[in-house]
Amino acid sequence: METGLSASTILFAAIFTNNILLTNFLGMCSFLAISREVKSALGLGMAVTFVMTCTAGLNYLVYYKLLLPFDLAHFRFIIFIIVIAAFVQLVEMVVERYSPLLYVVLGVFLPLITVNCAILGVALFMIIRDYTFVQCVAYGFGGGLGWTLAIVALGGIREKIRKAPIPKGLEGPGITLIVTGLMALSFMGFSGMIQMQ
Amino acid sequence: MPKALKAGEIFSKGIWDENPVFRQILGICSALAVTNLMLNTFVMSVSLIFVTAMSNVTVSLLRHYTPARIRMMIQVLVIASYVIIVDIVLKAYLPEVSKQLGPYVGLIITNCIIMGRCEGFARSNPVWPSFLDGVANGLGYALVLLVVAFFRELLGFGALFGVRVMPEGFTQWTIMVMAPAAFFVLGIFIWIVYSFAPKEEKA
Repeated sequence: METGLSASTILFAAIFTNNILLTNFLGMCSFLAISREVKSALGLGMAVTFVMTCTAGLNYLVYYKLLLPFDLAHFRFIIFIIVIAAFVQLVEMVVERYSPLLYVVLGVFLPLITVNCAILGVALFMIIRDYTFVQCVAYGFGGGLGWTLAIVALGGIREKIRKAPIPKGLEGPGITLIVTGLMALSFMGFSGMIQMQ
Repeated sequence: MPKALKAGEIFSKGIWDENPVFRQILGICSALAVTNLMLNTFVMSVSLIFVTAMSNVTVSLLRHYTPARIRMMIQVLVIASYVIIVDIVLKAYLPEVSKQLGPYVGLIITNCIIMGRCEGFARSNPVWPSFLDGVANGLGYALVLLVVAFFRELLGFGALFGVRVMPEGFTQWTIMVMAPAAFFVLGIFIWIVYSFAPKEEKA
């Protein structure tokens, strides 16, 4: 299907023209909850990018080397989520053991990442689009960066509008959704940048 | 009758007072993604009601036997199993819709609504109330999605469920079926709801 695309095209597309959050609506729950300030948004974004890239590669291997040869493709939902949960658990243990400082910063985000639909979404999209291994990892990395970009931008905007006179009914989720919509609209301006058939 | 009252309570909570989408702000990903067509939204809603209700029932049935430490993993496995069933059924009987919904059927697994109900209700309640709770929350979700989809498809395609409704001269608001409008319509919907029925305390 799209196997002719280079990895860098996929990477840039995932950040700008097909932003995983603004175009594909993935990862909204933690996005709406955490985006209140830039610092925590950046921390979560980096954690998500790391997990997304690694699990993209892992899930590719699991799907093509394990599931397909044994005709178990139907179970990919369960297997993918187990891989993601196990990987996050592993990362949490490693970080706690080797870098208590990093654990204090990132540790609180890790359980949130397991249920982040963006990570499972990336795995599912890449299977649907028939990506190669390199394309999968590029897609995972680009997806993570794009998500981070969106959440940090929203964090910055929310910091600024904290003092703004927002109508009572719009406070909270209402204004966040409208701001995100405006961001999505502006990202549509990138659409000529990359040609994806 | 106390039982009937409880059922009514469960339903009014799930559909309105504690609506999973606009009160608890859960399940937003799919709420935005599939609402460009009413047919897709309808299928997605039915799927979600099914998975939520059945997962609630199963988690409730197992609640006395599930060790506390691994209960989230068990819940995820239960939810994933029902989603697989839904996915296969959709692929078999509604292949067009299945293809348009794409990965969002699989993403029902990570839909925070279902995990939230399993963890917050089914884990500590008997089977029948858990079933009702699952259906009620699913209906609450469906309510919001169908309203959003109604406006998006009507203004974006001039149609409802694929049937042309708007008059011939109507110019389609193509933006409505693209990503940004999903955010706007849902945001405005929440604005209207909050203005007429504000929350007592900020959750």
